[in-house]
Formats: sequence, structure tokens, C-alpha cells
Amino acid sequence: MRYFALAAILFSAAALAGCSEGVLAPKGPVAAAERLLMLNSTGIMLAIVIPTVLATLGVAWWFRAANERARYRPDFAYSGRLELLVWSIPIMTILLVGGVAWLSSYDLDPPKAIASAQKPVRVQVVALDWKWLFIYPEEGIATVNQLTIPVGAPISFELTSSGVMNSFFVPQLAGQIYTMSGMVTRLYLRADHAGTYRGMSANYSGAGFSDMVFNVNAVPAEKFAQWVAETRTSGPVLDAQSYAELAKPSQAVAPFTYRAVAPNLFNGIFSAAMQPVHPSRLTHLESQGSER
Amino acid sequence: MNLLGKLTWSAIPFDQPIVMGASGGVILGIGAVLGWVTLKGYVPYLWREWLTSVDHKRIGVMYIVLGMLMLLRGFSDAVMMRAQQAVAAGGAEGYLPPEHFDQIFSAHGTIMIFFVAMPLVIGLMNFAVPLQLGIRDVAFPTLNSVSLWLTASGILLTNVSLAVGEFARTGWVAYPPLSELQFSPGVGVDYYLWSLQISGIGTLLTGINFVTTILKMRAPGMSYMRMPVFCWTALAANLMIVAVFPILTATFAMLLLDRYLGFHFFTVDAGGNAMMYVNLFWMWGHPEVYILVLPAFGIFSEVAATFSGKPLFGYRSMVAATMAICVLSMMVWLHHFFTMGASANVNAVFGMMSMIIGVPTGVKIFNWLFTMYGGRVRFTVPILWLIGFMVTFVFGGLTGVLLAVPAVDWQVHNSAFLVAHFHHVIIPGVVFGVFAGYIYWFPKAFGFTLDERWGRLAFWCWFIGFHLAFMPLYVTGLMGMTRRLQHYDVVSWQPWLLVAAAGVAVIFAGVVCQIMQLVVSIRAREELRDVTGDPWNGRTLEWSTASPPPAWNYAVLPRVAGLDAFWGQKARAKQGQPTQAREYAPIEVPKNTPTGFVNAFFAVVIGFALIWHIWWMAALGVFGAFVTFLAFAFREQEEVEIPAETIAQFDRAHPTEVAL
Repeated sequence: MRYFALAAILFSAAALAGCSEGVLAPKGPVAAAERLLMLNSTGIMLAIVIPTVLATLGVAWWFRAANERARYRPDFAYSGRLELLVWSIPIMTILLVGGVAWLSSYDLDPPKAIASAQKPVRVQVVALDWKWLFIYPEEGIATVNQLTIPVGAPISFELTSSGVMNSFFVPQLAGQIYTMSGMVTRLYLRADHAGTYRGMSANYSGAGFSDMVFNVNAVPAEKFAQWVAETRTSGPVLDAQSYAELAKPSQAVAPFTYRAVAPNLFNGIFSAAMQPVHPSRLTHLESQGSER
Repeated sequence: MNLLGKLTWSAIPFDQPIVMGASGGVILGIGAVLGWVTLKGYVPYLWREWLTSVDHKRIGVMYIVLGMLMLLRGFSDAVMMRAQQAVAAGGAEGYLPPEHFDQIFSAHGTIMIFFVAMPLVIGLMNFAVPLQLGIRDVAFPTLNSVSLWLTASGILLTNVSLAVGEFARTGWVAYPPLSELQFSPGVGVDYYLWSLQISGIGTLLTGINFVTTILKMRAPGMSYMRMPVFCWTALAANLMIVAVFPILTATFAMLLLDRYLGFHFFTVDAGGNAMMYVNLFWMWGHPEVYILVLPAFGIFSEVAATFSGKPLFGYRSMVAATMAICVLSMMVWLHHFFTMGASANVNAVFGMMSMIIGVPTGVKIFNWLFTMYGGRVRFTVPILWLIGFMVTFVFGGLTGVLLAVPAVDWQVHNSAFLVAHFHHVIIPGVVFGVFAGYIYWFPKAFGFTLDERWGRLAFWCWFIGFHLAFMPLYVTGLMGMTRRLQHYDVVSWQPWLLVAAAGVAVIFAGVVCQIMQLVVSIRAREELRDVTGDPWNGRTLEWSTASPPPAWNYAVLPRVAGLDAFWGQKARAKQGQPTQAREYAPIEVPKNTPTGFVNAFFAVVIGFALIWHIWWMAALGVFGAFVTFLAFAFREQEEVEIPAETIAQFDRAHPTEVAL
């Protein structure tokens, strides 16, 4: 009983705490669907887990050696009916949860585009030691450790890493996805409410990992346009040299922006697994760079 | 040309007081024990009776001692991590810098899986399986000793890293590219790899040994469907060891080639693919979970039947479920990285496969429930661990099925929620199971039972402490907290992490109770003495022989007439049916040999030399190990004959309830 009290307190506290942040407080359609899926699956399983726990405690207590009223059946070791029950309960539960899981794997597949009348905003993400680089290829700008997106528009991410594997994760907007050198992963998300959401690396990547956090600023479309225009006016340019500089390991980097980005920079990074230790290779690759 | 390779005085971290204090304490502790043993003149006894023993029971006990000692080491790491995360909030850096904190969580995971859970589970299998099968030893007794000491070599090397050099800072999974030379140039990853390569060979040999033993060496009449369930789970676990440990060894070998000879299996450049390592690692890693948990399930089955005074409910279902888990566990590895961006087809299939494992596991839970149903449940300490396990594990299983839903996994993968989940299955599943087995079989090993009062206290401390320590991590995980954070900026996590730290303190009280239990029981051993050999009214063969059993286990090999062989014999004896005649014949038992111990010495030399690039020393170690092997291969006498009269004398001095 103590257990249930504890569990109940903790889980209700979790629900309360989750109201303001985290995966239980989604701010977009993807995260909202994932939360619903989590709650549904939990509900289905609790329907079988709670009676099992109660039955365990009840049976153990009733059949305690000191209880004279309990009937001792020293040879009760098999019952076809009970066996049927014992196998079918978990099978049915798993069929139910499994069905939900199966469908959602397709519905919520990260690279699946979010249907929308609005044109998606493209963002190319590079995980570096130990900061995040966000390139807006169509706007021709880039940011470090901060991501500004328009509310209501789907955001289309292409993600890679300069070396060590990381995981791009904004819990309130969508599930995470790995960033791996030499490979590109894809993710769609959308913010339905303006606000600032915490993003981070969810895969340990070395000494500076704890500070690989960034804020996602979801702003109304007109403010986004304004922000892009402002960003274009100041700050350094991201090209092969400044990328090589940025790629050197550094920790807890304060957010800043680039007013312009050399074309095809992202393709050069991911296709050749460009490494921070050999910056000369970027220029080489850029010269032969082709549109994917 | 440097004779000592990369090894210099700077390898010893004199500037880090925590590390130096810890390693100084360990060295003093070991020195004190060695000094005491030498002064008391126990060295010849230890050498003759234990270190060179090839008796499966003593090897089992030594495995368990190793596992328990390393549990203290792994637990100290846990205490340090919880303390760090309890204070390092909102700009505070805590007391552990990242380079130290990162080693601690890497060492914690590595030690707990490889050097705590594995030795404890293998130790209990060593002790109990031959006894339960009604035989006198395992198939290859010397190989068994070699396995034990190779495991000890790996443990020693890992602990040397505390004082000389460093341990890996890569997490216990050591994913490349982070674990490649480019990002981890130090010796930490090399300590990790060589320790696990050496102990991994020991584990593989154990697997071969036990598969052979169980398949080929059962007592007369013990068909497969009359084997105790613990033997079935041991068979499943060892089949899995034989199937998957070579994958781990090959994977680590590839990473070693990358690090030592400039290969490009998993590197960032030259066509290496780190995700290949991740796949291969978990092809070993997921079955490993079941290698640990299945024998624990076997222990729970024995405990449930014995203390309910009833046969296990649904024996055939249990066997089927065990073998189903054995096979299914090798088909689910991808669920450890649903976040790598595989196609929806792949994710859906592996999600389904992972959930299907929940079916046989659920069946087991119900079968334990129905084992107690209609029984006379004696609330001893082992059954407390069983019930504690059942009511806890089902929730751990629930979060496990949640994590098997790919779209949910993306939201909680690598988070504190995941950390909470796997502790929620491994602590009740494996640790509680091992503790139940330790208390259950202790009187068989030493001839006296363990103190009940301290045992109960230990249980309640662990049970409450566990929930306090890990339930908050589910909450912070849902709040967006990832694992392996040395510090964090979200102050609303801190109250939860303080609760978790308090939980660890309660578990610590449980550990103290367990130490007290052992001390109190040893002091009161005469009151706790069990002369019958059957303190629990047991059902399986191990309770039919003396406690502790003689080197030959059984004076006369038992003839098995059904499931729960000893229970059947006791029932027939009560009805006055004739028991098996006791005709004594000389018995050959395998001769003790220092092969395992000496070989392990050279394994440590090889490992240490390779870690520090001292090539001549590595060559010397290989040469020494080979000479040890030759000496063993050419020895004249392999067995010792125990005369019939000695056996008869022992038998008369240790009357058991029923002669089998």
C-alpha cells in the first residue's frame, strides 16, 4: 500500500510539474501526439498491472502460513484454464499496445512532412563540440546555440554532426533524433504557440556536453521575418575559415548569429564528414560541392 | 625508446584529492586484509583450499565475494553521482569537474553490469547448478577456475585505472566516434576495452562450460523436463552467453584495431561507420540483460515454490517462457537506438518484437502468483525479496513497454526516464533476485542460516530506498532532463534530485544492514547452525546433501524420479517406501591447480602492458600464459581419488533426512 501512495504522489506531482515544461507540456502537433500516445499506452498497461500487483499482495497475504482459514493445496501446480488466462492476458495487452505503437511509428515518423498550407522553413543543424550550429539555407543566415522559428509553419530539419554523435531534442516540440557525422537525419516539427522552449543534446558527447543547450524562440511569422532581416545586418560570415574556427572544441558558448552563410557549406560538412582537425578539406570539398 | 611505453609519473593523479583519497583507501584496505591474512598464517590455507580450488562450490563463492565487493565500488560511484547532481543546479558546478564525473558514470555502468551483476549471477549458477543437477562438478573444472580468475583480472585492471591513469569518459557503452583515438586519446578507453576483453573471454568459457554441463551431465533419471527451473534459466543464460559474447569481443577487437593500428571500422573519416558499432554492441547488449535476469527469474521460481510449500505453478509454461525469452532477446537490439533515424518499417518491427518479450515475462509473473496461491507462504527474507520484486518489476516492465513504442521512445530516450526504467528492471529483477538467492543458498554453502532481523531491515531499506532514488528520475525525465549531466540550468529539477539523493542514503542503510547481517550471523553461527542440510524444507536435490556439501557433493549419485526430486523422495520416505541403497565406491574429484590463478596474473600483465603500450611486457605476458598452459597440459595427475571409507565416514557423520 505504501508503494501505491508513493507512486500516486510521484506521478501526480509529475503531471503537475509537467504542466510548465517537458514532454508532458507539448507546444506543437508532433509532441502533442507523442504525449497522447504515451498516456494511452500507460493507461492500457495500468489496467493490467495494477490488478496484478493487488492480486500478488492479496494472495501472498491470504495464503500466509499462519492463516488457518486459507486452504492448503500442496499439489496445485497446473490448470489448463488458468494457463490459457495466463498467456492470453499479456498477449491481448501487447496486441493492443503493439497496434498503437505500429500505427504511430508511421504517423509520427520524424522525416514525414507535416501537411500545411505554409511553406516549411528549412533549418540545417550541425552538432559541434560542444554547441549547436543552425543554418537557414533559404534565408542565408546562421545561428549558434539559439533557434528562432515562426509559429505555425512546419520546420524541416536536416541534421548532422561534425564528429561525435549527439541528439537534437526539443521536448516540447518533437521527439529527438541523432546527429551523426557522415549522415543526415531528418525531422519535422511545428510550434503552435509562441514562446521559448528548451532544447538540448540528449546524447552524451564529452566534457562540454552539459552545456549543449539552446533556446528555441517560437515567434509570430512577421516577427520572424523581422528577425531574419535584422540578423542579416550584423555579425560575422560563416564560411570555410570561420566554420573551422567554430568547430574547435569550446564549452558553454553564448548564442550569436552569422549574417551570411557560404553556399553548400552544410553539404560539405556532412558528405565528407569534415573534421575539425582537417579544416583544409572543407575548401577542397566545397570546390566540388554539388546540390543534393 | 621508452621502456615503459606511455607510462610516466604523471599518470598518477596526485593533484586530485578525491581520486587519491579513494585509491589510497582501497590500497590501505587491501594491504590491511593481506597483512592480517599473512600474520594469522592463513595464506597456505587460502592458496590450497580456495585460490587454486576447482570445486564449483568454492568458485561460486569466490565469484559472489568478488561481485559483492564490486557492488560496494559501483555503489560508491552512484553515491558520488547523486551527490553531484543534487548540488550542481543553476550555475553551480558541484564538486566533481566533468573529466572526473564522466569517468564515474562510465565506471559505474561498466562495473555494475560486468563486475557486479555478472559475477553474482555466474557465482550462484556455479554454486547451485551442479548440486541441483545431482552431479559432482561442472564439465570442465579447471576451465571454470580459469574463467573466475580472468573475470578477476578484468576487475583488477578496471580498479587499477583509479590510481594509474584514468578510466573511460565515454559512458559504459563507449560509442564511437567519442571512444576513438581522435576524441579519447587517453588510456581510459583502453582500460575499458582490455578489462572487458579479458573478463569477456572468462565469461564465454563459463558459457561453454555450463551449456556442456547442463546438456551432458545430469543425474540418472533427470530428463530435461525434470530439471529445476533454475537449471533451465541457467541453460538459457549460458546459451545466450555463447551466442552473443563473441559479438562483443569482435566489436571491441575492431575498436581496438581502430585505436592501436589506425584501422577505420568506426572512425569519422575514411569510410568508418560508428552506427555499426552501436548495432553490434546492442546485439550483445540486449541479450546481456536477459543473461542477467533469467537466472534471477530462476531463483525467484525456486524461492516461490520452496516457501509456498508447493510445486512451481505451470512448470512447462515457465520453461517455454524462458526459452522464448532466450530466442526473442536476440531480435530486439534496435530498440536501443530508435532515434538514429531508421525507417518507419524498421522501427515498427523492432518495437513490436520488443513488446512481444513482455508476453513470456508476464506469464512468469502470473505463474509465481499462482505458485503462492493455495500455498502456505512462509514470510522469510527470500520471499520478501520475491514479493518486493513482483510488485516493483511490473511497473519497470510497464515503462519498458512504453520505451518500446518508437514514438514514445523519441521523447524519453537517453533521459533520466530511461535511467529510471533500466534501474527499475535491473534492481528488482537482478539485484533482488541475487539477494534472494544469496540468503536462500547461504546455509547450503556454510552450514548456518543468515540472521532474519537484519535481513528484513536490509530488504525494507533497499525497497524504500530504491523507490525514493528512482521514481524522481521518471519525473525529471519527463521534465526534459537528459542522463549524464554534470550540471544543469533548470532549477526545478533540483528538489527531485535531492529526493533521489536521499533515496541513495536509504539504500546505503540497506547495504549497512546487509554487512551487519553477515557479521551478526557469523558471530551467532552456532545458534544459526543447520545440521539437517535442509533448513527451508526444500524441493530440489541440493537440499538432500550435507551443508556445506563435501567436495564430491553426493556420496551416491541420486536417482531422479520426477520434478522436485528431493520433495518426492521425502514424501515417499514418509510413506515408508524403501530409499536408495547407499553403497560407497571411491570417487575421483578433479585435482586443484594454480593454472587459473597464474594465468590470470599473466592476463593482468598483458592487459596493463597493452594499455600503456609496453610491448616487451605484453610479449612476456603472452609467453608466461603459454608456459602456464603447457605446464597444465603436461601435468601427470589430474584427479584425486577419495577412498570409499572416507566417503562413508563423512556420510555417517552427516545424516540427512532422506538418503536418496
